[in-house]
Amino acid sequence: MSQPDLQVQDLVGGYVPDVPILRGVSVEVYPGEIVTVLGPNGAGKSTMIKAIAGLVGVTSGKVLLHGQDITGRKTHTLIREGLAYVPQVGNVFVRLSVAENLELGGFAARTNPAERLKQILALFPDLQRLKHLAAGKLSGGQRQMVAVGRALMAAPKVLMLDEPSAGLSPKLTEVLFGKLLEIRATGISILIVEQNAKAALAISDRGYVLAEGQGRFAGPAQELLHSPEVGALYLGAGSRLAS
Amino acid sequence: MMQVIVDGLVAASFVSLGVVGVSLIYNILNFPSFAQGDYLTIGGYMSLIVVLLLGTAGSIMGLQFGWPLILAAFCAILLTGLIAELLDRTIFGTLRRGGSSRITLIMASFGVALMLRNLIVIFFGPDPTYYVFAIQPALHLWGGARITQNEIVVLAVTVVLVMGLHLFLTRTKLGKSMRAVSENPSLARVNGIDVDNVIRWTWFIGSFLAAIAGTLFGLANGLQPYFGFELLLPMFAALIVGGVTNIYGAILGAVLIGIAESLTVKFLAAEYRQAVSFIAVILVLMVRPQGLLGEKE
Repeated sequence: MSQPDLQVQDLVGGYVPDVPILRGVSVEVYPGEIVTVLGPNGAGKSTMIKAIAGLVGVTSGKVLLHGQDITGRKTHTLIREGLAYVPQVGNVFVRLSVAENLELGGFAARTNPAERLKQILALFPDLQRLKHLAAGKLSGGQRQMVAVGRALMAAPKVLMLDEPSAGLSPKLTEVLFGKLLEIRATGISILIVEQNAKAALAISDRGYVLAEGQGRFAGPAQELLHSPEVGALYLGAGSRLAS
Repeated sequence: MMQVIVDGLVAASFVSLGVVGVSLIYNILNFPSFAQGDYLTIGGYMSLIVVLLLGTAGSIMGLQFGWPLILAAFCAILLTGLIAELLDRTIFGTLRRGGSSRITLIMASFGVALMLRNLIVIFFGPDPTYYVFAIQPALHLWGGARITQNEIVVLAVTVVLVMGLHLFLTRTKLGKSMRAVSENPSLARVNGIDVDNVIRWTWFIGSFLAAIAGTLFGLANGLQPYFGFELLLPMFAALIVGGVTNIYGAILGAVLIGIAESLTVKFLAAEYRQAVSFIAVILVLMVRPQGLLGEKE
């Protein structure tokens, strides 16, 4: 297989140096893939994505972006390397307008921001009429569109999303995940961290299951959906996510 | 009555230019800097140094000052900015990176304020001094109000700066980055904004406005080492009345406090001026604690 776009190797780290939340996590995202990292609450999913983004300390292990070591790099430099990140909460600037949110996303872009904005408005046509509204006035679904649109403004190679379906109705989740497939089709690899295993695996190529800061299972998305072990971790013994 | 408004607006000019700095620093560094008043004093005295070196404040277009004072103001901006940067590197930055609490930063700003104020006393003495010693003739406005030429300059420069600040915050990349950092620093980082750089610019813009406000104050009222400190109370009152999270609220607060103060001087007595700030703060905290234009946190 070709070189992964994003490679996490045996990552150990956490908010304070002596209490590692991640205890050796390895994840790979190959070009054009959608990869989901699953796990119960407190498994370290969000911590992992924050550690990749340079927001959480890493004590050992490596993060490689296109083969280049970016471990411990300052967060604000990563977007220029092509790594975009949509946090779970506080992912839009609520006092800024939708247009300003998108514009800020494009500050680090090497491509023409005006051109990029057109593509993003084509992807999320609703944002066009909301442009002048403060992002804090939007509904949860609209906010998520702004957050993803903002992340895409810098024309990243890899897009990371932390719990994109949190707070969304099943219908909106379906719409958003449909958009992620469209984004992938433009050549962007996607790493999703999710609680909503079923919906996320349905659009993913591969998945990883974390528990207690370590990788528990890994495999093609379809396999994880039907695996009794993964089902047991989520729903209790004898269950599966999909039959 | 017209006179009350004129006096109130002139007083509000110094307060509003000062309070913008406090508001920017509060929103980006998350602590109220009690040193901002003394940054105004520093700015005023930095201009004085240049005026003393040049030997005159000059005169252009019939004004009571000229290029020497304008040059002095530019030097004051650079020097005050430099001092602010230096103080951030040595004191505030060190505390911030060490994870100090907000109260530690507030106390440190008190310390910085005391230090600056007393340095001024050491070098310039406690007595009032002026850029220009000539008596300022007053112009007559309708309604029987009087205003000096220098006060007109104060109002004009303040209006231009406030409008400039608005354009800066809404139209420029740096201004928008500052608004982004003030709201959500970690999301700003994710967007590729260098937060440390934004912090440096915040101090610079705060001290830029302080230097001009201090120089304008010196031009209209003369300098003495405590004037900035004495403006601190109305500045914080303006901040609370207008809303801490909103710069425009703080400016509105400054105008209201300025006019309330001049009303007090006219109808009560000058001694009660400071009390008005406190009363305004108490009223706002009782009725609308987030301030007139502020948002609930």
